[in-house]
Amino acid sequence: MSPTRPARDRDSQGPEERPVLLRIASFLYLRPSLVLALLLGPPLVWMIVVYLGSLVFLLIQSFFSLDPFTGQVIRVLTLATYKDLWTPANLDIFFRTATMAAVVTVTTAVLAFPLAYFMARYASTRLKTVLYLAVLLPLWSSYLVRVYAWRLILAKEGILNWFIQQLDLTRVLDLLLRAPVIGGPSLSVSFLGMFIVFVYVWLPYMILPVQAALERVPRSLLEASGDLGARPGQTLRHVTLPLAFPGVIAGSIFTFSLTLGDFVVPYSLGNSSFFIGQAVLSLTGTAFNIPLAAAFTVVPMGIMAFYLVGARTLGAFDAL
Amino acid sequence: MRSEANESRGRAPLSLRLATLGVILFLHVPMAIIFLYAFTTDDATFSFPPPGLTVDWFGVAVHRPDVWQALLLSLRVALIATLAALGLGTLAATAVYRSKFFGREAISFLLLLPLALPGIVSGIALRSAIGMADFPFGFWTIVIGHATFCIVVVYNNVLARYRRTGRSQVEASMDLGADPLQTFRYVILPAIGTALLAGGMLAFALSFDEIVVTTFTAGHEETLPIWMFSQLTKPRQRPVTNVVAVFVIVLTAIPIFLANRLTQGGSE
Repeated sequence: MSPTRPARDRDSQGPEERPVLLRIASFLYLRPSLVLALLLGPPLVWMIVVYLGSLVFLLIQSFFSLDPFTGQVIRVLTLATYKDLWTPANLDIFFRTATMAAVVTVTTAVLAFPLAYFMARYASTRLKTVLYLAVLLPLWSSYLVRVYAWRLILAKEGILNWFIQQLDLTRVLDLLLRAPVIGGPSLSVSFLGMFIVFVYVWLPYMILPVQAALERVPRSLLEASGDLGARPGQTLRHVTLPLAFPGVIAGSIFTFSLTLGDFVVPYSLGNSSFFIGQAVLSLTGTAFNIPLAAAFTVVPMGIMAFYLVGARTLGAFDAL
Repeated sequence: MRSEANESRGRAPLSLRLATLGVILFLHVPMAIIFLYAFTTDDATFSFPPPGLTVDWFGVAVHRPDVWQALLLSLRVALIATLAALGLGTLAATAVYRSKFFGREAISFLLLLPLALPGIVSGIALRSAIGMADFPFGFWTIVIGHATFCIVVVYNNVLARYRRTGRSQVEASMDLGADPLQTFRYVILPAIGTALLAGGMLAFALSFDEIVVTTFTAGHEETLPIWMFSQLTKPRQRPVTNVVAVFVIVLTAIPIFLANRLTQGGSE
């Protein structure tokens, strides 16, 4: 249809134009595989070219090396970069990050369970909607703002220290901060503070899958357990918890992965001992050693691949 | 969902109720504290209790050009990335719902990957690939990164809606003589409309907030999260950051509320 045609004419063109579109529609209707290709093509091409392509490229780059004198990337496949990766200092970084991720994951699971259990078992429909929103809101709201909030809270002159002073617990805090590894000069520069903030920011990611898993536990099963003589505690341990476990695994995919790949929290609350995210960022930024940075990320990628395959066999994807 | 279950709900033990309350407070009190700090007169430290209260910082923040620049960039990026994610996510969801094909299970997995893998992995992968392609870092590279991890949000919402609506309505429409176009216009589109809206808003919130991937793909551009991050490490005027933080909380809460209303809870 030519664009110069007046609008009134266009209306009368309607019946003539429809058959064309309709013919296309009918043509497609009879060819489901063509429709499938048209539907699937764009998203698949995007994900494969842009995303998987980049990942593969990253993997390849980790097998390149950096010329120590010129600082140029040598495009010859070698394992030299992986040898550079294998230093005690770097292994420390992996260990530190993975430990933090594991501890954060376990803690979020423990904290998530009561709330999720309450939502699934006891909350009225109304209350459940409110609680659901109360979990959803922090999950989607600005992660950076939520980290920032803890800067205010944990600061030496901040609200938490004020409460600790009011409660006369300063000595207890000092004792905690003097502890090796988890301590530091103040809560805002310590692993302890970092741990609190990690738990805080990733907790909603754990609550929702656990709640979804608990929601699916049939009430009849719990009643059967009770009828067969199990005490509430036994029912919880032998029926509810095992059935909630896929939800915990599903949530842990997020809490673990997000902790592994984060650099914002370590940068704002950490000290000079790096986490994986910080190491990668500084390698790409100041040091400009892309091969080593790539090799660095292969480790969390491997951990996560391992984790995802395991989660799949445990049926965690049904709980997402 | 299970209405018969509601009748037999007892009262939760006190310890469970207290634990629930504790977790909810843990999730929300820190946000409330930011609101308090946006009004403090103390501009150098984070002292508590605040020495005084003022609304001046809102005025100061409004006149900061760097804040406006970052905000506008974030809004533009989120808008374009959301539109791209809407298109690609809906296509993928439609394909997965209506046909069975080899590797169908892998699609969800592939789409979820950018969210499931650590952010730095996606970030540096995109960075080195984009650098290799000699594409200048800036607005469009941020959009590419964001669209990639936003697709799954739209996909999940639309697919959940398809599954809830079922195929019978489409079949009924065709049986009653509607052609495929009419069926699309009058049956399918109204059915998935709110799911699209909800997915779009969540994608928007996700993009507006993202920092890890953005750090690697932004070049010299500064989105609002990057601006906030720079204030975290080298603060210039702390109360201005507090005011911006409050603004961001409010701005992201609105689409989340609406998206939740539209999906009536539980489709995500």
